[in-house]
Amino acid sequence: MTNKTAEAKVLEGKKVAVFGERDDVAGLAVRNCVTAAGGEVVYETTSCFV
Amino acid sequence: MNDPVIAGAAYCLAHVPDLVAWGSKPRREIALDAGFEPRLRAQLRTFAEAVAYPPNQTFIGNSSPEVLGDIDRPWYETRQLDASSSGPFGEIVGQDLFYAGLAKANVLEPPLVELSDAAGDDLQAMLDAHPTFSTLCGDWSSAPERRLRSELAGGDVIGLFTDSEMRGVVRPDRRAEGRDDANLDAITLLEALCSKTSGALAVARLLQQTGLAAKQVDYLISCGEEAAGDRYQRGGGGMAKAIGELTGCVNASGMDVKNFCAAPASALVAAAALVKSGVYQRVIVVGGGSLAKLGMKSQAFLSQGIPVLDDCLGAMAFLVTANDGVSPVLRLGPGAVGRARIGASTSDEAIYRQLILEPLASLGLTMNDVDRYAPELHNPEIMEHAGSGDVAHKNYRMIAATAVRAGLIKKTDMAGFTNRVGMTGFAPTQGHIPSGVPYIGHAVAAMARGELSRVMFLCKASLFLNRMTELYDGVSFLLESQEK
Repeated sequence: MTNKTAEAKVLEGKKVAVFGERDDVAGLAVRNCVTAAGGEVVYETTSCFV
Repeated sequence: MNDPVIAGAAYCLAHVPDLVAWGSKPRREIALDAGFEPRLRAQLRTFAEAVAYPPNQTFIGNSSPEVLGDIDRPWYETRQLDASSSGPFGEIVGQDLFYAGLAKANVLEPPLVELSDAAGDDLQAMLDAHPTFSTLCGDWSSAPERRLRSELAGGDVIGLFTDSEMRGVVRPDRRAEGRDDANLDAITLLEALCSKTSGALAVARLLQQTGLAAKQVDYLISCGEEAAGDRYQRGGGGMAKAIGELTGCVNASGMDVKNFCAAPASALVAAAALVKSGVYQRVIVVGGGSLAKLGMKSQAFLSQGIPVLDDCLGAMAFLVTANDGVSPVLRLGPGAVGRARIGASTSDEAIYRQLILEPLASLGLTMNDVDRYAPELHNPEIMEHAGSGDVAHKNYRMIAATAVRAGLIKKTDMAGFTNRVGMTGFAPTQGHIPSGVPYIGHAVAAMARGELSRVMFLCKASLFLNRMTELYDGVSFLLESQEK
């Protein structure tokens, strides 16, 4: 395993709740990052504060 | 160029401090804690303070977003000595005049809105003497205050007050067909009546500014958020024609366009398409204000000891006509209008590509050909105090990132790009009202002065709030000066 791959899996074994915002970072974008880092998304939402 | 034009834009605010407690958030807070209401009332602004508030002066055109951006915060402590309730794009009206309009907006018997005998004549005299809003059509009714107070004690009626003086009441639909229908209770009907009345103020102002007679209007499209209708057709529509009736547009028909905060953009595109196709010649797009959103951020204002800044209903109206050779052109044609496709990704990159890069490419343009971008233009002073950040700035960050990905600017120039094409948010936090289109008035004026050539409007809609889909929508369109 390269250092880069090891760093990318920093969330392996972690369960993650994702709170996104429509006019900022959307939940989907956070989900993609979490998944790429080895995490498991157990809840995801994108809220509208306007 | 044969595309239609936006021949006029009007914006109105109704400062209604005694209605803030009837906003959705304050109502829920008051139900939990009766002490919330006196604390809320203690931090409400006067009419003079609401008029002098720099974002409100920008909304009606007495100031520009550029000037607003140079004013130090907090804006609510700024005293603009030259502030006026009337501006080149519209007007800020006080609560009593708005109540007079509400009474005229009623069409039922028994009336949904009834003024007190003591206040009715004075309020209607105020409306009748107004140079613009005296044109509102309709009858009004009044009753003895003692009778209205007795009805108020019954619990299903809303009192209209200015400070502690009674002006009237708003009732549920008392007729047999209105019985036991939650869609026709006093608060739901007051929300619809506020949208209708504020929308009518904007249409009346638009007609005055453009010189168009009400009877010359062919069609109205409402883009407001209220869901008027009864138990069998909740949100059935009809707001456009109701506003047209109140403003004397006797030869017009109309329809409502629903698309959450992107509805103004969707409605403008629909209006332009109707004009370009020759179906209608003069179409008004109107968006009335949202009572439910008054005081939405009030909890934050109270906890921080600052005035309740979300105390105004916003309203706007636009006139779309065939090309007059003078007014800015709304670009149509295949691909010219940005859309967020159902089957496309909802990632930020995909949304902004569809809203910005694809429509520009279809017209042979790049992002550098656009002088200004007008995204969600919420007043940042309201949003930041509530912990939601500067919404306009967040949108500009994504717009600049889109330019970087397109290879048009370097990442290190994102801030400079934003300064060149962006602006400070200035619109009241009224859902569909801030969605880019508050800048149309400023854009039209700047194009007339030769200062701008092309502006892109980007509107977003949180469709997922309807619980029917997880999608959100986006609509964009370009406004160009005649020289282009």
